[in-house]
Amino acid sequence: MAEVVRTVETEDPVRPLFSPTGELTPEARSRIGLDPEGLRDLYRKMVLIRRVDQEALNLQRQGELGLWGQYLGQEAIHVGTVAALESEDWIFPSYREFGMAMCRGIDPAEILKFFRGLSHGPYDSRKHHFAPLTIVVAAQIPHAVGFAMGSRLKHSRDVTLTTFGDGATSKGDWHEAMNVAGVFKAPVIFLCQNNHWAISVPLAKQTAGSIAERAQGYGFPGIRIDGNDVLGVFAAVRAAAERARRGDGPYLIEAMTYRMGAHTTSDDPTRYRLQAELESWSAKDPIGRYREWLQGRGILDEATRAAVEREAESTAEGMRTRLRSITPGPAGEAIFGRVYGNPPDSFVEEREEFESSLEGS
Amino acid sequence: MEPVTMAKAINLSLREALTRDENVLVFGEDVGALGGVFRITDGLQKAFGEDRVFDTPLAESAIIGIAVGLALRGFKPVPEIQFDGFIYSAFDQIVSMVAKYRNRSGISMPITIRVPFGGHIGAVEHHSESPEAYFTHTAGLKVVAPATPGDAYALLQSAIADPDPVIFFEPKARYYLKEEIDPVRQVPLGKARVAREGSGVTVIAYGPTVSIALEAATAAEKENMSLEVIDLRSLSPLDMPTVLESLRKTHRAVIVHEAPVFGGFGGEIAARIADDGFDLLAAPVTRVGGMDAPYPPARYEKLYLPDVDRILEEADVALAYG
Repeated sequence: MAEVVRTVETEDPVRPLFSPTGELTPEARSRIGLDPEGLRDLYRKMVLIRRVDQEALNLQRQGELGLWGQYLGQEAIHVGTVAALESEDWIFPSYREFGMAMCRGIDPAEILKFFRGLSHGPYDSRKHHFAPLTIVVAAQIPHAVGFAMGSRLKHSRDVTLTTFGDGATSKGDWHEAMNVAGVFKAPVIFLCQNNHWAISVPLAKQTAGSIAERAQGYGFPGIRIDGNDVLGVFAAVRAAAERARRGDGPYLIEAMTYRMGAHTTSDDPTRYRLQAELESWSAKDPIGRYREWLQGRGILDEATRAAVEREAESTAEGMRTRLRSITPGPAGEAIFGRVYGNPPDSFVEEREEFESSLEGS
Repeated sequence: MEPVTMAKAINLSLREALTRDENVLVFGEDVGALGGVFRITDGLQKAFGEDRVFDTPLAESAIIGIAVGLALRGFKPVPEIQFDGFIYSAFDQIVSMVAKYRNRSGISMPITIRVPFGGHIGAVEHHSESPEAYFTHTAGLKVVAPATPGDAYALLQSAIADPDPVIFFEPKARYYLKEEIDPVRQVPLGKARVAREGSGVTVIAYGPTVSIALEAATAAEKENMSLEVIDLRSLSPLDMPTVLESLRKTHRAVIVHEAPVFGGFGGEIAARIADDGFDLLAAPVTRVGGMDAPYPPARYEKLYLPDVDRILEEADVALAYG
């Protein structure tokens, strides 16, 4: 006879904050723990990163960038997540987390070097506690788990967050990483940005079941929440982070959102999805909803709103100017410079030959 | 010091590394209480605790993936992949992440991935592979394959101390070779050794084929043929100066590895000899290795693997050129 399946009992401080459908409860919203300045700052950051996203799209269309992948519609997750973490907590992103990177203080013009074909890793991960953008889907997830295991071994109180899309949950690395995290009770938060599309494949064709509920099988809790509510994201990430910091282990948050733009500028969503779906998600726009909420409470006046718009314009303009003023570094350094810490002789010779061939041309 | 097996030498080397640097971590499948399927990590968990020597779930990609995260956190991970044929499950993490992480971030990945490799053990399939060429083909990685207990000890020290990721291929059929080792002797990565001096033909080998090349040299002596045997020890970096130095004397080269000859690492050595040593050659460079077929069932492995006769045949051919 088979043994009875053991259901792991774990403390879940996130679930009580949400309704069964993943909406932050009015009570939890009222106890969010942010003063009016903090609440306005979430709005400001969402507006800034959206404007910069648009500017990057424009730059791609004007031939200044090789590629751009918009995060339009996912700003609440970007901003709410970073605000909920402490600055020493590392974030392991996928490739669409430009907004999160900005919230971590990384100069957007620097990050755009990645999309301008100038660098595979343009910012200092150790300074910003923000791992490199990761193109290989799900590959960063076990890194976050290893990092979190390391934090435990060093008796540090920092926690690690890794974020990925719905498509990543189909990959083996996601499963392997979730499983290892459960076994080692690693202080890591798995944040799925379920934006309903993996390039052209819709969620229904990506998985037949729930993503959030899979966490149980790994021995820790998971929840599906409204990912277009910045305060909901903030509350969920903060509660999951505090839980991990206490030593209670991993947490999976599935934040439901929608990729309003194309996968990247190389994509054409009109070939696979309907305008009506886009319109229904427009009505749930994270910035519009939050603005109304703030205004309804008298926290955001017109003057502040206008000031935020002006700041967004100047941020975009500054990014454009700085990006266009960047001159490519020397080719030898760009190609060979960071491959090895202790390079083989043949590698050094190849670089020297290459560099001297450039001198002659 | 008493002679020790290569298995014991690697165990002692891991002990030394764990003792010297508290950031060294050993982990993988069955490396804890069991001490690994080959007992290479025997007693390490008991000596250093479960935080530093630990079993992981059965998940090769995660084993390498968490090594990346631990390296970012300041550790020096020494993960074990249980068998050569299981490393492919971790191929993406090794090739796209471990090898390229420094290039993507400026952050070094001091990870040493230990892998028992090669045949001769009568195993079921996927337990006798020689996957080294997949990794020598990847910039950012270093690839090492010792042939003796002493070199295994010393090269593992160098690999763990190196700032770059190293794939450390252990010739599992030679785990029970014995010799006295000198723990103080240092062997840097990228330095070949002349395992036996000779004057007629240079036989270039690494890992498990070094012993066979030495046997061939002994047999050749009886036929008045002199073979010089070079043990590469390290495939990447590759010590071409030592190879070319030998060719100045012999003018002939036979390359021996267990991996299939087609697309194998011997092709890189032959091409480099052709590039840099063309004028030294009196005969074509030849290769002895596995066939262009999957590793065979155990009963046929002796026919598939390089042996003394096949090495001597190629040496004969080389010597037949004036």
